[in-house]
Amino acid sequence: MPEIIEKTLSYAESVNAALSRALEERPETLLFGEDVAIPGGVFGVTKGLRRKFGERVFDTPISESAILGGAVGSAMFGRRPIVEIMWADFALVAFDQIVNQAANVRYVSRGALAAPLTVRTQQGNAPGACAQHSQSLEALFAHIPGIRVCMPTTNQDAYDLLLSAIWSDDPTIVIENRTLYHGAKQPVRIGGPVQAVGGVGLRRSGSDLTVVTWGAMQHRVLAAAERAAAEGIDAEVIDARWIRPLDLDSILASVQRTGRLLVVHEAHTTGGVGAEVVSRVVESGVQLTSPPVRIGALETRIPAAVQLAARVLPGDEDILGAIRRVAHDVPAGRVEAMPAGAR
Amino acid sequence: MSQDTLLASLEVMHRIRETEETISRLRLSEDIVGSVHLCNGQEAIYTGAVRALDLGRDAVFPTYRGHGWAIACGVPPEAVLAELLGRASGISGGRGGSAYFTAPGYGMYGENSIVGAGAPIACGAALAGRFDGSGRVALASFGEGAMNQGAVHEAMNFAAAMTLPVIFLVENNTYSELTPTRDVVRNDQFFRRASAYGMAGVRFDGNDPDAVRDAVADAVERCRNGAGPVLLEAMTQRIVGHYIGDVQHYRPAGELDAAIAAEPIARAERMARAAGVGDTELAALRQRVVDEVDRAAQAALSAPLADPATVEEHVYA
Ligand SMILES: Cc1ncc(C[n+]2csc(CCOP(=O)(O)OP(=O)(O)O)c2C)c(N)n1
Ligand SMILES: [Mg+2]
Repeated sequence: MPEIIEKTLSYAESVNAALSRALEERPETLLFGEDVAIPGGVFGVTKGLRRKFGERVFDTPISESAILGGAVGSAMFGRRPIVEIMWADFALVAFDQIVNQAANVRYVSRGALAAPLTVRTQQGNAPGACAQHSQSLEALFAHIPGIRVCMPTTNQDAYDLLLSAIWSDDPTIVIENRTLYHGAKQPVRIGGPVQAVGGVGLRRSGSDLTVVTWGAMQHRVLAAAERAAAEGIDAEVIDARWIRPLDLDSILASVQRTGRLLVVHEAHTTGGVGAEVVSRVVESGVQLTSPPVRIGALETRIPAAVQLAARVLPGDEDILGAIRRVAHDVPAGRVEAMPAGAR
Repeated sequence: MSQDTLLASLEVMHRIRETEETISRLRLSEDIVGSVHLCNGQEAIYTGAVRALDLGRDAVFPTYRGHGWAIACGVPPEAVLAELLGRASGISGGRGGSAYFTAPGYGMYGENSIVGAGAPIACGAALAGRFDGSGRVALASFGEGAMNQGAVHEAMNFAAAMTLPVIFLVENNTYSELTPTRDVVRNDQFFRRASAYGMAGVRFDGNDPDAVRDAVADAVERCRNGAGPVLLEAMTQRIVGHYIGDVQHYRPAGELDAAIAAEPIARAERMARAAGVGDTELAALRQRVVDEVDRAAQAALSAPLADPATVEEHVYA
């Protein structure tokens, strides 16, 4: 295990550092996907890895089924493939290899085989992106037993969670977000023990309500939480960075203290992971002071025009409104109608 | 080929190029945001192909690199520019943006941002034509990189097995984004794959609108005669990046210069001069299109933005 050093890295550089360490320490790893090797990735995330690690890092044709199937097969035969699907939306052309294939390898062989593969992808809306390049699909992956799913958001998590995924002996989907890749650099601890999968990140402590969120959306949640604090609402913000396995215990411990729950995600609300979080909390029997609320994208396709997409995706005002609603137990739909002083 | 046809093609190619240049400026000024794929250098393909189609009944299925297809099909530049600018007057009301707008009223059944996804849909459009008596030919156009996508293989066999009137038109610009396509295939003569499916396959100069027109016209005739699908491979180069901002570090020295020397507008102007058309006339033709696209840009920029209150429309019947 390399000793821990601290470096100042962007999110993209943190991913690159994790890949570099994995390729260095685990000779059975492979890294492949469209444009990942010689071009260094369409977002520049895999820069330099081909030069450093040679033919274990290679470019593929535009063939997602072959990329994912190639990962499944090579994993069954002792490799530890890390593949890139450039956009989560493109995984849909090859979903079979994840759902029917990767998820069943261990099960049907009764443990004689495994598929320790990692799929790196990225998702979500960015200004101008169309309906086929904007979706948040974590619920589709997380619905499948046998698959693990995480969504790193901090630069440290971009490094840590990817390593946990690669070290894990199960097929794991790591969902990144292109709007984070070239954001602010942060100090990132490199080296040290690889963590087991699972667990949440506490992003803000608070006592009035628990906000569970994940992915890039949490930046909006944190901003809204600060505005709520100015109004006297003290929100606790939990980053449920591992979607599957979901760390319910940590979420429950927080809700037990606050008695109030809000879930915010970029994905559509219907059938979203927010529904799972709310159900689990309610099923646990924990006492809630106000009805739990979840907000996500409106039930429509995601439009390219920025002002249209802004209406569809949860915005700062929507999140702040939901925080107020949960904190003050305001019935649904009434928040906007209330005079500012009464909120 | 007559001088009139040559000048008519040149006008369409100028209209596409000027629209792309305008989009490029508006992207750099951030009036347009997000990823934009320009088709500079590939204009002859759309221009030539549309001349061989009957857009009253035929159907075109392009890709995210689709502005040129739309304009060749007759979509006014203003409607394309307005789409990219998020205006209500955009061809898809701002829903599609640069990479995913659709113009069914013009025979252009949508860009597609999923590589290869248009090919099976074109099979369906051809299939419908078998039952609606239209004699429709469906043309799916995509890059050579899409030839490695499962959906495209399925579509080719499906069309061949069912003798569907589908034209698979490969715009071979030799790159799959930032990767030379020859590095990810054993044989980069894509038209040769046709024989494996029992189709005719033809490769030709995609920078020559007449060569494109002839190849597509032959394919249309085969399709209408019930001879089944055809695979066409138009050789070309994009003379811009894969997307705006792509610095093209992957290109070997000299390649881009050679591509610019062979690009279709310069080529057509050389031919026109050789046929006796004067420089003044060529300049006037271009200027007329520049002015037209300028006016279109002004109109698009002053049109109202698409209304956020409408975002939940058109999801269900
Ligand atoms: C299924 C799928 N995989 C990957 C992508 C990302 N992507 C967009 S364009 C492109 C390259 C396509 O190359 P080619 O088919 O030759 O068309 P060109 O861009 O050269 O016109 C890729 C890989 C995508 N949009 N859809
Ligand atoms: Mg190409």
